[in-house]
Amino acid sequence: MKISQGTIYDPANGVEGLVRDLWISNGKIVEAPTDSSMKPTREIDAQGLVVMPGGIDMHCHIAGPKVNVARKMRPEEKRKDEVIHRTQNMHSGTMGSVPSTFATGYKYAGMGYTTAFDAAVPPLGARHAHEEFADTPCLDKGFYVLMGNNHYVMQSIKQNEPQKLKAFIAWLLTASKGFAPKLVNPGGVEVWKHKQAGNVHGLDSLVDHFGVTPRQIISQVAQAAQELRLPHPVHIHCNNLGMPGNWETTLATMEALEGRRGHITHIQFHSYGGGDGDENTFNSKVVPLAEYVNSHPNITVDVGQVLFGETTSMTGDGPLGYFLSNIYGGKWFSSDTEMEGGCGITPIKYKNKSLVHALQWAIGLEWYLLVKDPWRVVMSTDHPNGGSFLAYPQIIRFLMDRTYRQDVLKTCHPLVGKRSTLVDLDREYTLNEIAIITRAGPARILGLKHKGQLGVGADADITIYTPHENKETMFELPRLVIKSGEIIVENGDLREAHIGRTLHVMPEYDVEVETYIQEWFEKYYSIQWRNYPVDASYLHNPKIISG
Amino acid sequence: MATVSSKTPAATGELKIIKDATCTFCGCVCDDIDLSVQDNHIVKAQRACVLGKAWFLNHEIEDRPSCLIDGKPASVEDGYQRAAEILTAGKYPIIYGLSDSPCEAQRVAVSIADWIDGTIDTTTSVCHGPSGMAFQGVGEVTCTLGEVANRGDFIMFWGSNPAESHPRHFSRYSLMPKGMFTPNGRKDRTCVVVDVRKTKTAKTADIMLQIKPRKDFEALWTLRALAREIQLDAKLVKRETGIELAVWQDLMDRMKAAKFGVIFFGMGLTMTRGKHANAEALFALTRDMNAYTRFVVKANRGHGNVSGADNVVTWRTGYPFGVNHNRGYPRFNPGEYTTSDTLARGEADCGMMIACDPMANFSQPAREHLASIPYIALDAKETPTTRAAAVAFTVATYGINTGGTVYRMDDVPIPLRPAFDSPHPSDFEILTAIEIRVKAILRAREREK
Repeated sequence: MKISQGTIYDPANGVEGLVRDLWISNGKIVEAPTDSSMKPTREIDAQGLVVMPGGIDMHCHIAGPKVNVARKMRPEEKRKDEVIHRTQNMHSGTMGSVPSTFATGYKYAGMGYTTAFDAAVPPLGARHAHEEFADTPCLDKGFYVLMGNNHYVMQSIKQNEPQKLKAFIAWLLTASKGFAPKLVNPGGVEVWKHKQAGNVHGLDSLVDHFGVTPRQIISQVAQAAQELRLPHPVHIHCNNLGMPGNWETTLATMEALEGRRGHITHIQFHSYGGGDGDENTFNSKVVPLAEYVNSHPNITVDVGQVLFGETTSMTGDGPLGYFLSNIYGGKWFSSDTEMEGGCGITPIKYKNKSLVHALQWAIGLEWYLLVKDPWRVVMSTDHPNGGSFLAYPQIIRFLMDRTYRQDVLKTCHPLVGKRSTLVDLDREYTLNEIAIITRAGPARILGLKHKGQLGVGADADITIYTPHENKETMFELPRLVIKSGEIIVENGDLREAHIGRTLHVMPEYDVEVETYIQEWFEKYYSIQWRNYPVDASYLHNPKIISG
Repeated sequence: MATVSSKTPAATGELKIIKDATCTFCGCVCDDIDLSVQDNHIVKAQRACVLGKAWFLNHEIEDRPSCLIDGKPASVEDGYQRAAEILTAGKYPIIYGLSDSPCEAQRVAVSIADWIDGTIDTTTSVCHGPSGMAFQGVGEVTCTLGEVANRGDFIMFWGSNPAESHPRHFSRYSLMPKGMFTPNGRKDRTCVVVDVRKTKTAKTADIMLQIKPRKDFEALWTLRALAREIQLDAKLVKRETGIELAVWQDLMDRMKAAKFGVIFFGMGLTMTRGKHANAEALFALTRDMNAYTRFVVKANRGHGNVSGADNVVTWRTGYPFGVNHNRGYPRFNPGEYTTSDTLARGEADCGMMIACDPMANFSQPAREHLASIPYIALDAKETPTTRAAAVAFTVATYGINTGGTVYRMDDVPIPLRPAFDSPHPSDFEILTAIEIRVKAILRAREREK
């Protein structure tokens, strides 16, 4: 296949808006044939169209135990929402803030995204996440493995056994067929299991029973991940999410990495000034945090943009779920997973007239606009926590069109202008920068060398857009979406529902440590050691990514 | 024609051991069973409970055809074709059952329902459907069973009798385990049973509260009130619940003093007066208790993979059971799209019953209607439902003859380790073959248009 004369944005290869041809064969980008008489099996005329690599969502909640509970819990938002009709080849589905699996795949593809990572899967539920992946078409997929409250992790740290910690992390990633270590409120979820409204409150709080601190968990997991040469070493949901004054915890977390690579996720939720739960003191602290990020190249972030409207909060942060359910007063789901973690789900609504919510919205945009290096800030809504992934085209418009941004700001609570710097930011993103924060950047941060770029040998995951003054219009309806070299969407019509690939890691480790892990496992788990690891039959067309 | 004799492996007398096999008889889904297999018989099922032993040791390959059409032996190929014709000829097809099939088969069943614009429903609608609806109303605070084993120091059973329905519940999960924070096992736990009768479970209890029948709702709200220290009329409480207010107060004091309280409940709560309102009251009480200490709640699910059915139907349609695709997309309405109700109203015109026996346990109007429409039945054994089916498949038994995945009642997915082959096809194979033929018929129909 040949895509002719498209205007190509391929920032990973330094191509910014150049008109070129792309040749595709066997799902990969290939060199143009040297024999000029060679004809492609199909030629796509992309003259005047914008060509980018397929989008990559590096932080969303789309599969696994808690996502499915959220679907189950919220029938009320589905029937009034758009429905996905069955066609001859495509399954039907439902939307709401947590779409069904097929709907999720179709909607990502319809928006030009071809890869997505679920951000929080407890290893005990890994098999479930893989089963859902098998029913989530159009995307290459992987997930991050919850381990910030894992007993073996905390025990190894307490007993000062870094070699065991390292082997355990590698074993756990291999057993779950996951992609990266994920820390969610490290230590805090364990405290939640011990007592009413339990949580840690800063990096040096002691975790009950284990006697370790969040700081130790963060730095030692980051160290182990670095030694394991993982493609995406550690993905961190900091302590104190959503709390006024939490920016200091976030800063301390970045410092605790001590120069090691680390990704701070949905940082919008962790950038708040103020204190004592007093709304009158709530304000943005993006400026000092972004300054730190700008001067520390080991740190990358995704934003977790908030959009106004109704959605579902879902998190591996059990105590956060309790906190939010008490604020909103709606139904609340919480589930603690033995030895591993927790989970909280509750419906929420962001209102532009609420000072807190409007500030959250502004803080998200500040992050995009204040991080100087677009390679280190990634677009996300922490779907569905800040809003749906379907809001990405709108966020692109916020970033590329300051007039639109300021117009929306005017509809917000009047104090937002004083409590954040958004009103003063006139930066506008270029198309090339959008290509970085939605594809090239996340690919680099995840260590996906074959994605987020259009060089020879890259996966032929390609999105072709029709340029439009309104960037939301341009990005919400691609002209063509190509997945692994096949056209899957044309003018909004889904043509082929490719199942996609499972992306996971298999780091090498000292297998002798398994004896210790097994001894611990058999003492406390409620399932058998041999029935825990996910075997290859659960993966589809898997690809092992190495660092 | 596929008959048993042609495919049954020959007897060699060789003894085979399957370690860590999974028992799918009840929602406990014990995955630590060691099976000894000889000549297509399980001769020993180590660690299995009385129900599990019966499940494994009594398992025989059914000496009957893999497929019957209108009661007559037929090839499975003819059966697949006939099944696809029936399902595509109807205006209101229903697919029901699923709770004794692995997730892999359940996924195909939901696909078929989608292609034929049919209803997909599971046995959840006649057991914990009300709990599912209560969950949609107020949510749920819960945990995996290992948490109960490691932390639970106050264990309550409400309208549930695991001593008889889930025999290893106490020893594996809830009462006996010596866990991380319960090093002395049973001694570290208080066990309370609330029920309308003195069940076998009540014998293990430290405290038994025998409440008036049909008064679970009132009893739960009494506890909710006491949790918030609301003054109650002692006479009224005694009259409504059958239990003295002081006894309820003592219970609440113990609940608040617990470090990690757990309430298991069963159909004694969800299928008696109040149904989902009872479950909602229990979920709300559990939530309330988290203002004082840690408390969780968990349904004791019956069938081996009913939790898997809830999960699969949910991830594919967005709803847990009672899902109708008649408009080309999923709609959910318990009472309308739940099979026992649909059939009782005489609404469906064809169907497929997978690993369930509605002809034995549905209401008379529902049974009469089902008997009057063409339907397909899949079961490992002959049942009243397979006998009245237009097409009946004898299937290989999941967890004994076939692999796959089941979800324990706490939603933990567990793989199956089959013991020996069956000459009969698995439900996954049958449903996949039917799906292929359904799609072929629909494509041909589309082309004619």
